[in-house]
Amino acid sequence: MALVILRRLAQALITVAVVLTLVFLLFSVIPGNYVSSLMAEKRGVDPAVAARIAASLHLNDPTPLRLWHYFVDLLHGNLGVSFSTQQPVTEMLSGRIFASVRLALAAISFAIVTGLPLGYLAASRQGRWVDGVAMVFAVSGLSVPAFWFGLLAMYVFSLQLGLLPTFGYGGGDLAHLVMPALTLGIAPMALLARTTRAAVLETRNADFIRTARSKGMSEGRLVRKHLARNAFVLILTMIGLQFGAMLGGSVVIESLFAWPGVGSLLIQSVGLRDIPVVQGCILVIVLFFLAVNTLVDIAYLIIDPRIRYK
Amino acid sequence: MSGTEKMTERTEDVLRIENLQIALRSEHGDDPAIEALNLSIGRGEVVGLVGESGCGKSLTALAVAGLLRDPMHVTGGRILLGGEDIAHLPNRSMRSLRGNRIAMIFQEPMTALNPLMTIGDQIGEMFVLHRGMSAGAARKAAIAALDQVQVPSAARRIREYPHQLSGGMRQRVMIAIALACDPELLIADEPTTALDVTIQAEILDLILDLCRERHTAVLMISHDLGLVARICRRVAVMYAGHLIEEQAAGQIFATPQHPYTRGLVGALPRLGRRLVEGQQPLTEIPGVVPAIGDFGTGCRFAPRCPSAMARCREAVPRTTQLPQGGRIRCFLHD
Amino acid sequence: MLRQLRRPNLAVGGGIVVLLIIIAVFAPLIAPHDPIHDANLMYAGEPPSTAFWLGTDDQGRDIFSRIVYGARIALTVGLLVEMMNAAIGIALGLSAGYFGGWWDEFVQGLTNVMLAVPTIVFALALMAVMGPGIPSLLVALGLTDWAYSCRISRAQVLSMKSSPFIQAARTMGYGPGHIMLRELLPNIAGPLIVVATMGVGSAIMAEASLSFLGLGVVPPAPSWGSMLAGAREQLIVAPWIAVFPGLAIFVTVLGFNLLGDGLRDLLDPQGRSRR
Repeated sequence: MALVILRRLAQALITVAVVLTLVFLLFSVIPGNYVSSLMAEKRGVDPAVAARIAASLHLNDPTPLRLWHYFVDLLHGNLGVSFSTQQPVTEMLSGRIFASVRLALAAISFAIVTGLPLGYLAASRQGRWVDGVAMVFAVSGLSVPAFWFGLLAMYVFSLQLGLLPTFGYGGGDLAHLVMPALTLGIAPMALLARTTRAAVLETRNADFIRTARSKGMSEGRLVRKHLARNAFVLILTMIGLQFGAMLGGSVVIESLFAWPGVGSLLIQSVGLRDIPVVQGCILVIVLFFLAVNTLVDIAYLIIDPRIRYK
Repeated sequence: MSGTEKMTERTEDVLRIENLQIALRSEHGDDPAIEALNLSIGRGEVVGLVGESGCGKSLTALAVAGLLRDPMHVTGGRILLGGEDIAHLPNRSMRSLRGNRIAMIFQEPMTALNPLMTIGDQIGEMFVLHRGMSAGAARKAAIAALDQVQVPSAARRIREYPHQLSGGMRQRVMIAIALACDPELLIADEPTTALDVTIQAEILDLILDLCRERHTAVLMISHDLGLVARICRRVAVMYAGHLIEEQAAGQIFATPQHPYTRGLVGALPRLGRRLVEGQQPLTEIPGVVPAIGDFGTGCRFAPRCPSAMARCREAVPRTTQLPQGGRIRCFLHD
Repeated sequence: MLRQLRRPNLAVGGGIVVLLIIIAVFAPLIAPHDPIHDANLMYAGEPPSTAFWLGTDDQGRDIFSRIVYGARIALTVGLLVEMMNAAIGIALGLSAGYFGGWWDEFVQGLTNVMLAVPTIVFALALMAVMGPGIPSLLVALGLTDWAYSCRISRAQVLSMKSSPFIQAARTMGYGPGHIMLRELLPNIAGPLIVVATMGVGSAIMAEASLSFLGLGVVPPAPSWGSMLAGAREQLIVAPWIAVFPGLAIFVTVLGFNLLGDGLRDLLDPQGRSRR
């Protein structure tokens, strides 16, 4: 079991390294670096000083060598310095990671709390009108552009009803979290509802459910002891994928609601071509995805004996 | 096997199915699936129910256990368990019978057990449900039950999961679950079909031995007439929702009366037995079982029957008594 | 009963898609105004009226006309991007499943990398390098969302590789190219068509998102996403600017998703393309 986890971690690390290399090579195509942006901003920089800085940052080295230095710095926890603010990237990211993860947690919680019951309801009324309505709702949730939904929510709940703040972080209060979280959670909710419905239908027709029925137990016990856990095994992967992708998926929502997270920082930095910050944001997004999915793999080891004893 | 057993007098039937009707609910009303089915099983008796797949054997079994699922439903007749009609029992009362007085064993030992639950919990669940035992007591009882189905080191095995067991072992667990509460009736739906040939006899003997000890009545459902005739006292043959012949096991093999039964017997490979009169070795019955809703007006076997007459296509034959004992639903005997 | 519930998917989804294609093709005949050049600040921010059915934007352009022309951008980007993704995904998935070995390992690793980075983030990074505009949008989105069709085609090939008709083709001396394209591809087309149909919807959504962020289609081209970009600031005075372009995106993506669902019931009854 420990071996399986170790192998998963190794795979995750390799994936991170490949992504970072790809991103690094991609950006090495763009002309310009820290020094040239410094030169452009502050006209008075002495070319000799600039050359010294460039040398100390290995900026004029060939690309493979610079990649090597990038990884060495990375292992020392140094993500470089922002072109635009001259701040260390780690410093810029640290506060924003918390805000992003907080938003993602709220959104996935909303998606789970609404999507799972909705999917279960649809499955238990398969073919009836409740099922039809629930599935139309789900496919709509998958198709609605989140930023448009957010705009409409803003108009209704902030501008017309005055119930919630329009945008911003609000020092971390709950009121500011509600709309971004619901907006971000709508597509995962729809997907989870569909996945749950399919999982419940598949499990309900399983032979062991027929066995359980033949034992003479109440419908409630059947669902609790036999159906729910087996269906959840099929749903958990989807929860992990949705949650893991959320830090990246939230870029649009974060910038719509001016949420001070990694996503809105990424958008700003892309606009400014602030490459070290872009690289830092992508690193965080990928690490989050891999961390979540590794946790899901570990969770499977705990809840599914078929995997545990392999 | 049936020959060595003494003929005990049938005091009271454990199960008595009277004129059972099952239908498939559809957009244009009910399509009959099972019609006018009569069958009874005495205490400790082993009765076989035979037919090709799609004949309604499993449907009958599910109806007895109250496990028919929409759109299948009982539309008429009675199912008497120990004299009490259970065909229209409310769910709650049916639940206390199921597993307790009526138990089932299914075909697929690979998938019939919950993959996420230890086998100890799955056996113990029976004692919790029907005997009101605590978890601890249920675990002890589960070990005993597993011991009875001859699973070695039962105390250790109850902590294992289904995927850790072989097919034969899993079916033993299924038997332990089914017999946990000493049911009066065991319905075994193709209990050995999915197993390795070498294990089939072992599992079958286990079921029969345990049931004989407990005087449990067994309804053995199978498509294999040979197997059923070997272990059962009586055999009933179903075709397309009708019970078409019932005879003592020894007789049905020697003198099958219904053309369908003759076809089934003729399709069996046998060693050291003379061919049934007028039959070619290993014949097949051409055609397939009609689907529900396509039964037609006459005898349901008529389209495939080698001895079909004009009237066979016009009306459904009655069930009549055979002179040598048993029943038949065929115009050749009407 | 089930069948009755499911058939509407195909009809409604197909209807929406056909309608969209008609609107895109006949845009000049349908739109009452020019989508770009009919800017007139005198009519800026007009609410919906008989002259401007869906109102005007902050520069006085007719929103209805812009939405009609926007269908051209959405469909062009959606279809081209999905064609690129499908081509990459199917080529990699087919060959990985067929050849196995190191190539399979490599493709699977690459797929995992693509899955670890959300499409929109990868596309953002590419847009940062190439700059905004439709050509870079096509490249950015067309290179980044193929992981799913790759996985499906690989899994399908693996399940079909050892079947008799493939072995027969091999015995008859056909090469890998012929077997993959002529024997395998037609047999796995069902689930792939479903995935691709839904992929068009997600490509349109991705284009709208990037354009909304100002990193996709460049104004004044009438992209539905970029029409929404300025809507937040106008939300109090002209909420219709926010409503209708978003509705267009919603209905379009819904159309492709419904069509995909309907095609799945038709072409892939076992649901192999289910996410």
